[in-house]
Amino acid sequence: MDDLLQEFIAETRETLEALSGEIVMWEAAPSDRQRLDAIFRFVHTVKGSCGFLDLPRLSRLSHAAEDALAAVRSGERVPDTALVNAVLAIVDRIGEIIEAIDAGAALDDSGEDLLIAALAPGHATPEPIATSEAAPLPMVQRAATRSVRLNVDLLDRMMSGMSEMVLARNELARRLRDTGVEPAVEAALERLSHTVAEMRDTVTRTRMQKIDALFSALPRMVRDTAAELGKTVLLSIEGSEVELDREMIEMMRDPLVHIIRNAIDHGIESPAERRAVGKREHGRLVVSARQSGNQIIVEIIDDGRGIDTGRLIAKYAAISGRSERELAGLSDRAKAELVFEPGLSSKDKATSISGRGVGMDVVRANIEQIGGRIELNSTFGKGLAITIHVPLTLSIIPTIVVGVKGQRFALPRQAVEEIVRVRGDAIRVDMLGDTPIATVRERRLPMIALDAMLGLADRAADPVMLAIVAVAGGSYALAVDEVHDTEELVIKPAPPAVMATGLYAGQTLPDTGRPMLLLDGSGLAAKAGLRFGRAAPEDIVEAAPAGAPALTTLLFIDLDGVRRAVPLDVVDRVEPATASAVRFTAAKLRLTIDGSVVPLATLAGDAAQALIAARPSISVLRMADGLAEIGYPIAEAMDIVEIAEPMLPAAVAGPIAGLVMVEGEPVELLDVHWLFAHAADEHVASQAPPLCLFAGGEARWMENFLRPVLEASGYRVASALPAGEAPAVVLAMEGDEIAVDAPVVRLRAEVAGRGRRDSIYRYDRSALLAAVAARAGEAA
Amino acid sequence: MTKLFLIARIAGRPVAIDSDQVDSAVDVPEITPIPGAGDAVYGLAALRSRVVTVINTCIALGLPPLPHPPQRAVITRIDGHHYAITVDQLEDVAPFDLLPLAEGVAIEGGWARAAAGLIVRDGDPMLAIDLRALIPGLAAAA
Repeated sequence: MDDLLQEFIAETRETLEALSGEIVMWEAAPSDRQRLDAIFRFVHTVKGSCGFLDLPRLSRLSHAAEDALAAVRSGERVPDTALVNAVLAIVDRIGEIIEAIDAGAALDDSGEDLLIAALAPGHATPEPIATSEAAPLPMVQRAATRSVRLNVDLLDRMMSGMSEMVLARNELARRLRDTGVEPAVEAALERLSHTVAEMRDTVTRTRMQKIDALFSALPRMVRDTAAELGKTVLLSIEGSEVELDREMIEMMRDPLVHIIRNAIDHGIESPAERRAVGKREHGRLVVSARQSGNQIIVEIIDDGRGIDTGRLIAKYAAISGRSERELAGLSDRAKAELVFEPGLSSKDKATSISGRGVGMDVVRANIEQIGGRIELNSTFGKGLAITIHVPLTLSIIPTIVVGVKGQRFALPRQAVEEIVRVRGDAIRVDMLGDTPIATVRERRLPMIALDAMLGLADRAADPVMLAIVAVAGGSYALAVDEVHDTEELVIKPAPPAVMATGLYAGQTLPDTGRPMLLLDGSGLAAKAGLRFGRAAPEDIVEAAPAGAPALTTLLFIDLDGVRRAVPLDVVDRVEPATASAVRFTAAKLRLTIDGSVVPLATLAGDAAQALIAARPSISVLRMADGLAEIGYPIAEAMDIVEIAEPMLPAAVAGPIAGLVMVEGEPVELLDVHWLFAHAADEHVASQAPPLCLFAGGEARWMENFLRPVLEASGYRVASALPAGEAPAVVLAMEGDEIAVDAPVVRLRAEVAGRGRRDSIYRYDRSALLAAVAARAGEAA
Repeated sequence: MTKLFLIARIAGRPVAIDSDQVDSAVDVPEITPIPGAGDAVYGLAALRSRVVTVINTCIALGLPPLPHPPQRAVITRIDGHHYAITVDQLEDVAPFDLLPLAEGVAIEGGWARAAAGLIVRDGDPMLAIDLRALIPGLAAAA
């Protein structure tokens, strides 16, 4: 029975911890079924276990809460603040009773009836929380069951013992290898290695904790604090999964709580005030954590009133004896940072929430104690952003191990964008005077040769591998000899003599047993004199020698099923076309599309028409040189590819300019110049567009029906011949007598041709346009 | 006041080191250089599971460097970091009285910074040194 009870206590406690966030989220979105279910499950489980374990009080409370929540689940009740408060109060009470049972202490049961009564519909007083807090609580000692609190010292010792073990294993392995051993011994050693590695992992992890451990309590705290002050605050939390040294998390707990309470108390205004200044009634509070280089950055941002520096200065002048005028001369940032001076609070009266004699000075001292720093960014009236930087030292960070002149260094993986091998034109290093510059796929980056930088080589050898390192404001290429592998390493602070170089961020002892230094990406950049300002990267790009520009091409499948490419720039668009819109007219393959006729170029030659007809649909690459337009029928467009390597020119001039390599395969590149020269209709730039003359009895119909069609295709249209001009083509109905000496396109009114075969049904737009184009071509 | 001192030889001179400052005495393990850290630091070495910074004691004292690689060192812990102070050899551990430097004695050169007093062994006076003074990069922090 005792075991069961312990199990129940531990489980309930764990669930309670996990639940506190859910409850608040439920309150924010009462219709959120998932949250509701989670809470319901909790009280339901407690109720079930209580009956079994004979705990009548818990049973009564959980039963009442379950009933109320069941009503909400079935839709009979709508969750309101009163209900949420009442359920919260009961959940709290369950927690208190659990602790009391665990400690074997007695807990007064007064007020429990009130808690249950508060669940009743229409009971709208939020009092129950107060009642439960007012109830005299015995100091209950938490007896740990599932988790043990450990001194970090002990963990440190465990960690160093572990490393010792790894080194001993390595030594043993080396010696055994030297003497040559039986397979059985080797297998045993293998097993030992495996176990040691696993242990090391576990032990390492004992020091690390997700920052969630710090953040998970925030929703509840924010809710309670805000409720107490009559404010509403929406909290969003980001980056809970960032891992941080346990010790750091503990050290950050108090400062974080203090900052958040401050933000809600002093920063965020009351709903009425917020309305008055045109803000939303809900204050917003964002707490986020992220890893940046060698630091963990925790940001607390509110949209409250910010720091009133004027009042701050007045107060500080009063307590420090410095003149207000002198203080007014400080920079904005320095003014805001007066908040950190002892004995100061920007708010006039201390409240129960903040201002309990613990000021921001203590917060700053705490942060600095763990080697961090705190920054303020206040916009008066708009809000305050507090940024806490804590070092990554003592944390485990993923690194990339690089080698230069035989020595290995670690680079924080987060700072490395990519690793590339210098090869070909796409990734190369050029000298700008004496300054190397790396070109990585069109991107020009300043380069630092690690060996020369560290003084390991007088003259930088030709770079082999480049690690692209991102630093604040830009990136640079770090030339190294080798890239070994990625490794998760425990980084320890390096002694001052090492840190003073500005090149390293810490030291570590990897499995090899040889100490290794962690490079500081921004330190290297600073040492090399790289300046990433607003304009700097652009300057570099402009100053760089123009390498062979990569050619962007469109890869397509031609009518004959062969992959070919065409420079993308000359392709206006790719359009689907039907086979029937392609006709062989006036010695050229032409496409009628969108009411215009486009000459087509193709490699397929005479077979083109058959190939086109064989396909249900084709696409046409429409290309224009500014004057003429041609089309190139293809089976389908595939992809846009960059071709960095130079083209292999074709031996003879023709529709193929040469070969380019695409994914390791040679692909023919179209010679657009040749295509235009051969396919485009000779353009008569100096002349006006060809004139179409409407003649005969149906000229009026043509005027009304055909004028827009022909004009859209680039013809001029006239019903009466302007003086001194000859029409390029004359349109007339079958049988009309034509007096003008010009090619004639005959139209007919019936669909099926009865008379002359060369007449065209007058509503067959494509055929009409094709015929006009063909005849106009003859004239020209 | 009598304290335990470690008697060692640095740059051919016998010196006394307060045993409170000494963690252990070791053979210098394989050293990984620290590019850019200056001559006073040989580099880093792994000593059991700890990384220690190996100090070139002669250079730290402003003396010409040893012609051969360091053999022995005493380990000291300063401000949370472990350092290996290289020595020529270790001779003795014994209790001595720390005496002030004799009046009028001006210690010359780099020794001056490290001098903490003197002890007398078998009638021979020798310099007692403070290891902290040998660590580069601490001056500003101290």
